[in-house]
Amino acid sequence: MTSARIPALISELRCEARDGLVYMEVCGTHTMAISRAGLRQLLPAGIKLVSGPGCPVCVTSTADLDRVVALARRPEVTLATFGDLVRVPSSRTTLAAERAAGADVRVVYSPLDAVNLAQAEPEREVVFAGIGFETTAPIVAAAVLEARARGVANFSVLSLHKTMPLPLRALLDLGETPISGFILPGHVSVVTGTACYEFLASEYAVGGVVAGFEPDDVLEALLMLVRQTAPTIEIGYRRAVRAEGNLVAQRLMATVFAPSDADWRGLGVIPGSGLALADEYRESATEERFTIEIEEPIEPKGCACGEVLRGVLDPADCALFGSRCTPADPVGPCMVSSEGSCAARYRYRDVDGVV
Amino acid sequence: MTAADRILLGHGSGGKLYRDLVRDVFVEAFANPILERLDDAASLATSGRIAFTTDSHVVQPWRFSGGDIGRLAVAGTVNDLATAAARPLALAAAFIIEEGFFMDDLRAICASMARTAAEAGVAIVTGDTKVVERGAADGIFITTTGVGEIVVDHELGAQSVRDGDAVILSGSIGDHAMAVLAARDEFHFTTTVESDCAPLWGLVEVAVAAARDTAPAAAARATAPASAAALRFLRDPTRGGLTTVLAELAESASLGVEIEERAIPVSAAVRSICDLLGYEPLSLANEGKMVFVVAPEKSDAVVAALRAHALGRHAARIGSITAAHPGRVALRTVLGTRRVLDMPVGELLPRIC
Repeated sequence: MTSARIPALISELRCEARDGLVYMEVCGTHTMAISRAGLRQLLPAGIKLVSGPGCPVCVTSTADLDRVVALARRPEVTLATFGDLVRVPSSRTTLAAERAAGADVRVVYSPLDAVNLAQAEPEREVVFAGIGFETTAPIVAAAVLEARARGVANFSVLSLHKTMPLPLRALLDLGETPISGFILPGHVSVVTGTACYEFLASEYAVGGVVAGFEPDDVLEALLMLVRQTAPTIEIGYRRAVRAEGNLVAQRLMATVFAPSDADWRGLGVIPGSGLALADEYRESATEERFTIEIEEPIEPKGCACGEVLRGVLDPADCALFGSRCTPADPVGPCMVSSEGSCAARYRYRDVDGVV
Repeated sequence: MTAADRILLGHGSGGKLYRDLVRDVFVEAFANPILERLDDAASLATSGRIAFTTDSHVVQPWRFSGGDIGRLAVAGTVNDLATAAARPLALAAAFIIEEGFFMDDLRAICASMARTAAEAGVAIVTGDTKVVERGAADGIFITTTGVGEIVVDHELGAQSVRDGDAVILSGSIGDHAMAVLAARDEFHFTTTVESDCAPLWGLVEVAVAAARDTAPAAAARATAPASAAALRFLRDPTRGGLTTVLAELAESASLGVEIEERAIPVSAAVRSICDLLGYEPLSLANEGKMVFVVAPEKSDAVVAALRAHALGRHAARIGSITAAHPGRVALRTVLGTRRVLDMPVGELLPRIC
């Protein structure tokens, strides 16, 4: 942790920040970094940090989670997933409970591991649950290409991937939360570059700064936001992000995926905000191999994850927070995902209560 | 490769193959007069209070940088005894082996157990072996049970901890978990990190000595050793890591714990793997570290004694016990902010020990 610059950054923020500033971060890694370092304790009272729809597992709708479970229950299917999904409650169960009951659920650390799994166990249908933003989608695209190159026919992807800029437009259109500026995602922007965010400044007059993940990166981004005299999209995370992004990754995504509608928890269906397998790669789409039938989804009772994801409700103000809903016994996905804003707040709360 | 190179179901049958396995592998490696009698039960002579513990080991893979399942099995039980300030007297070892396991690997594991037991000054005096069909176990599982002689007169444990006591950690954290993770090759990284797996009785013994009351009045008092009551609590931070030890301590003692992040030794290699993979070093398993709670006036002496020992060179006082926020652990971060330390939830890293 590079902490040497922190006191200077804090004192500059205290000098320069006006009252009533609300900055939203839209990346689960930022959410965790801010809470873990306890940055809210250091900021001047005029700056409020809120979390937006930046946690990929959290923004996945209950119906989509039910689809993943339905696949895992099929005897011929091996469901490969990142570990974060395993304990997330769907309508009636979790993947962890299904695994204990006999479902073949395997945690992988890369989609390529799922391709290897499919190759090693040709009698199984290996389904990779594709969840994530532009950070993850290119790696999944590469896995789809690799499976085709190796002739691994028993590998498919249930693509629940989503892309980042459109939900920000949806949030601003809703206008429920006053947002003075965005702390823009670091990893996503490595891939996308910054042009996709320009509409925030030009159409909505809201600025944004792409931030890194160390505490001083976040503070520096906040200082850049405070100092903006006109809404602008800037890069604070210069050691990793270029304005044009990663063209190779963009090309991979554009080859394997095509934009589709996606169902966001808290925001509903946003046209064009998802990624489905492109026509040329439809054979790798899980929906092409199985008819996935689910019962009517049941939203967790009393869960305010939707409001939390829109930044309307502070996690600590949810009636279930810390009582009925904890990381050990979560009601909604925001409390269980390692990038969820409720999980971050709970795990890194102050000893005397919530900060 | 011949059948003689592998463990067969017959090795668990109780017949000739079993007797040969016991004689040629276990007695050969653990050589000591009690085991050599091959009785069903070992008889031991003890005096005073004894500590008694057992621990199963299922680590995957069985060999990793800095150790193996054999070293782990001996150190694990010796260290559990050490948390009761007990000098290890004798160990028992029970093996569950999957059919087809290589005989040479079993020999290597037993040699490692023998070496580790010698380091701890204890013998493996009795044991048992079962062989199960291929697929019914994964390679080898080892359960060790230990008996030890408690060397202090007072009660150790959370109930003895007081407001103002010092919390001391014997060295860097996270090394074991990261060494096993690297050996699994799931993340395809290589690292110089080695498991810290080691028997800690020697280290605990010097801490007990340093905690003894050496004031002139007490020293002049009798021939009996001075009280070590300044030593309140010991625990080895294995699964669940330092976080779990401290959270359980706070809960059991109904006191608060305050920890300085800055004071906790974490190697640069472990820190960078954690940054990359999103692990929290404070919640990672260790197999050669001990947490001590001691009366504040003995804190410096215990830290100095630990640092003089080969396994405690990086020992440090990492925090204090407080009457504030009973039942909770507060971490003061390097930025000066404060947050709670909760027990980790869910499966962190399965089959780490």
